Amino acid sequence: MSTTELLKGAAELFPDEVVTQAHVRHLDLPFNAGRFALITLDNGFDHTKPTTFGPASLANLDTAIDQVEKEASAGEIVGVGITGKPFIFAVGADLKGVELLKEHKDALAIGKGGHEVFKRLAGIAVPTFAYYNGAAMGGGVEVGLHCQYRTVSAALPAFSLPEVFLGLVPGWGGCTLLPNLIGADKAVSVIIENSLNQNKQLKGAQVYELGIADALFEGADFLEQSLLWTASVLKGEIVIDRPVIDRGEAWDQAVARGRFIADSKVHGAAPAAYRALDIIAAAKNGDLQQGYDAEDVALADLIMGGELRSGIYAFNLVQKRGKRPAGAPDKNLARPVTKVGVVGAGLMASQLALLFLRRLEVPVVLTDIDQERVDKGVGYVHAEIEKLLGKGRINQDKANRLKALVTGVLDKAEGFSDADFIIEAVFEEIGVKQTVFAEVEAVAPAHAILATNTSSLSVTEMASKLKNPERVVGFHFFNPVAILPLLEIVRGEQTDDASLATAFAVAKKLKKTAVLVKDAPAFVVNRILTRFMGEIQNVIDEGTPVEVAEKAVEPLGLPMSPLVLLELVGPAIGLHVSETLNRAFPDRFTVSPNLAAVVKAGKRGFYVYDSGKPELDPEVAALLQQGNSVLTEEQVRERVLDAVAQEIGLMLDEGVVAEAQDIDLCLITGAGWPFHLGGITPYLDREGVSERVNGKKFLAPGLASVPA
Amino acid sequence: MPRTVRDVVFVDGVRTPFGKAGPKGIYHETRADDLVVKAIRELLRRNPGLDPKKIDEVAIAATTQIGDQGLTIGRTAGILAGLPQSVPGYSIDRMCAGALTAVTTVAGSVAFGAYDIAIAGGVEHMGRHPMGEGVDPNPRFVSEKLVDESALFMGMTAENLHDRYPQITKQRADEYAVRSQEKAAKAYANGKIQADLVPISVRRTNPEAGETGWGLVTADEPMRPGTTLENLSGLKTPFRVHGRVTAGNAAGLNDGATASLIASEDFARENDLPVKMRLVSYSFVGVEPEVMGYGPIPATEKALAQAGLSISDIGLFEINEAFAVQVLAFLDHYGIADDDERVNQYGGAIAFGHPLASSGVRLMTQLARQFEEQPEVRYGLTTMCVGFGMGATVIWENPNHKDAGGSK
Repeated sequence: MSTTELLKGAAELFPDEVVTQAHVRHLDLPFNAGRFALITLDNGFDHTKPTTFGPASLANLDTAIDQVEKEASAGEIVGVGITGKPFIFAVGADLKGVELLKEHKDALAIGKGGHEVFKRLAGIAVPTFAYYNGAAMGGGVEVGLHCQYRTVSAALPAFSLPEVFLGLVPGWGGCTLLPNLIGADKAVSVIIENSLNQNKQLKGAQVYELGIADALFEGADFLEQSLLWTASVLKGEIVIDRPVIDRGEAWDQAVARGRFIADSKVHGAAPAAYRALDIIAAAKNGDLQQGYDAEDVALADLIMGGELRSGIYAFNLVQKRGKRPAGAPDKNLARPVTKVGVVGAGLMASQLALLFLRRLEVPVVLTDIDQERVDKGVGYVHAEIEKLLGKGRINQDKANRLKALVTGVLDKAEGFSDADFIIEAVFEEIGVKQTVFAEVEAVAPAHAILATNTSSLSVTEMASKLKNPERVVGFHFFNPVAILPLLEIVRGEQTDDASLATAFAVAKKLKKTAVLVKDAPAFVVNRILTRFMGEIQNVIDEGTPVEVAEKAVEPLGLPMSPLVLLELVGPAIGLHVSETLNRAFPDRFTVSPNLAAVVKAGKRGFYVYDSGKPELDPEVAALLQQGNSVLTEEQVRERVLDAVAQEIGLMLDEGVVAEAQDIDLCLITGAGWPFHLGGITPYLDREGVSERVNGKKFLAPGLASVPA
Repeated sequence: MPRTVRDVVFVDGVRTPFGKAGPKGIYHETRADDLVVKAIRELLRRNPGLDPKKIDEVAIAATTQIGDQGLTIGRTAGILAGLPQSVPGYSIDRMCAGALTAVTTVAGSVAFGAYDIAIAGGVEHMGRHPMGEGVDPNPRFVSEKLVDESALFMGMTAENLHDRYPQITKQRADEYAVRSQEKAAKAYANGKIQADLVPISVRRTNPEAGETGWGLVTADEPMRPGTTLENLSGLKTPFRVHGRVTAGNAAGLNDGATASLIASEDFARENDLPVKMRLVSYSFVGVEPEVMGYGPIPATEKALAQAGLSISDIGLFEINEAFAVQVLAFLDHYGIADDDERVNQYGGAIAFGHPLASSGVRLMTQLARQFEEQPEVRYGLTTMCVGFGMGATVIWENPNHKDAGGSK
């Protein structure tokens, strides 16, 4: 099939493509270097809608190449360049089009289509140049790799091959060309390491230092300088001498390093990194076409696999749903927040004070029961500001401003009489919280939001004794507050729309991913994690060795093992939450006697790290009272996943969140569950757990899977 | 405290190619500030020995200081060009003589000792900011007959100048215009112009204007080489029925920017910067706004008198060709022939274009090139007419001349 037919077929599958044009414009190069054809990739929108490649876009580029190829062969031009619209080079394949693909042959066509078009650039009779003027990702990076020379703008903010992050491989030449250009080790850093490191982006200067670009120019006159440079290259005044690639041992070591990185991040659970590494390994012989063919197959396999769909699903959750929370009231109802009160000056309260201070830049006042605590809280915030100053994250003026904004008082009336938003972070006990809110209500303005950072208590109950319970909102952060993006916003039974809208507006300013949650025990993340951990604890209590239980869930690729997580949370807190949930749902949530014993013994965790890696603490081992039912890893995994699927099913029935997507968004942003699982429900669906437990899947087909 | 006036020199000057204003012009989708920013950057690239921290001022002229020509463009352009934050900047307006005034103003500061070196230039994007955008003339101008209504329309003032000098016929104006195009084409062919041009990348999204996408501008767009008298004779006279001023014997509506380095001679020498011209004198004079094209005559008289020179000492003239009639009035006044070789050797604004506030530095850049080529010439002048009845003249000495003064 010809490229044209291939792309035409693919375009029919994707009628809503935002089509990128490939404009061809001719210009006379400086220094009488000759007539030059410059291709501009432009989808006709401004930089907020970056240029992408779908099938019709590739067809446009193909047509442009037809034209310049002819001109080059006829000797009418001396070179061909390719660049992007202002601020954007091109950000790769249009993921919406990828989501629509249902058949392996169509997926193969997309891979082949890209290759067939891009590699024509290398076949043009005159030298070809890519000018990375702005953001370049995936296929955008790759189109440039097919050119003979590249320049990059020092102002370029983001450059990456993010495919592995999403569950793909750089399959339009990236896996093959990049190691052959800059060596396998650097290519592994870009393709594997950066992708698996939260999709880390390169800046222009790094692109140059890595040797991907041959020249670096400042943003102000990037294209002019690139074209002047082009003229010098064409006239032979500048000769590009790239370092020789080490195709020996170093290549194999680089691939091995890549595998080590992949193992440590996804534990073999997601195939993309491994597929990319296989192609990089094979690229050692420099046979480009063999590499392209391998990329086509890998792309098609991955596009038809669940991990990619989960990855795109997760990406869309975080990028779209996370920014427009489901069920949030009209944002115009939100009231301005010009001063924040924090009840409590302990560590959590101080961290919250710091966060509000940095993001809202309004006065923040801490209160506590004695001056010493208040001083300590303010002191903590001041010290953190100093740290930011020391790291150069803020300047002295900003530090002065922030320090002046945070104060501490003993008298709530003095502190809160003009506050618009007051959050409490006092001891997790309903009576204490009710008393605190009553005191606050007595002195705060009538419109002030009263927010609680409770992780397990009922917001409705907390509000029940107030004159104005409609202004109470749950505001549940995740530790570490500064890092984890999730904020569960809890609507109590009486919470009104204006208060809720204000809470969402504050969350947005705090740059948190807000999810609306019903006032149900432990809300979302803690409930699922506790059920998950509870089941692990159950199988251990029943007799399965600790290491078998831990290993059983490794394929999920969670950020840490269950018992390491327990250690991070603190066994006492874990026990407390399990007790709370046990009271609410005694049939499903157990309280582990072994955990209770560990807590009673004052242990901070199950492991010791004397050898450098976690080993069961002999003192803990001595405390454990296990039964004699020993399960295999597989059996453990099944029990744990069944429990999680059941709990999520029940939560959706109870209306804890609007949809399964919100559960996944919470787990990704609040517990660090991996993208390639799509949180958890796509995985439960794919592995058949959902149907086994609940008789149905969580998600409609196509949402995080290959469409039917 | 005792002071010594310091010698001031023109170190270097560059400009963007000039474009035609309007939807099909090369710069239609290019910002005005970007044009001048790129000119400043090129100036610094050409003079790598100059530590940007040492620049004391950025004076940028624009006639219509709105939008991308507003916001104190001298300051914003400095920041956008990547100059250190410590380098200040300001905006200047004297309409067509904006850049020329930027040069003389910073020159005054250099001579006084306030600055060692400064950037002076100008920009006018007449496509984005058409002449007269946002103006609000005081009604007293007309009610009290302070000026005739025609004073506000430059083309009409040019017709008025033809009235004053009946010997300057349309024929003479057209002949002058044809020569300007011929000289400009020849200067291009001999590579006299290109060396001081800054290439500008330009984007086009409107297919009606030509090929779309990014392009690169390396030459002036308004030029019409091969123009004949016949071509010009049939053109309309838009400012007066049966008038004499046409689009052919006047500069067009244009977009472009210029930038120059002005320094004390000592500073230039100490920093190994080129010394292309030495400032001798400058003057600005007001005339009747209705015949603003007369302005260069009294301005030149005054500048010559200040310098103790006579017109016969001037070996090269760079006269801005806003209108052919205004150049001819000047030449007639001094008894110089229409085709005198000393005048606008490379052609003028009728061919290259006249983006109002930017043009003054173009005249200087061209004069500097001619000085280099003709060391036998000791003095040259740059002069222009200015809206609302003004003239501006700067007299320069050729440092390459054997008798030239200064600290060699």
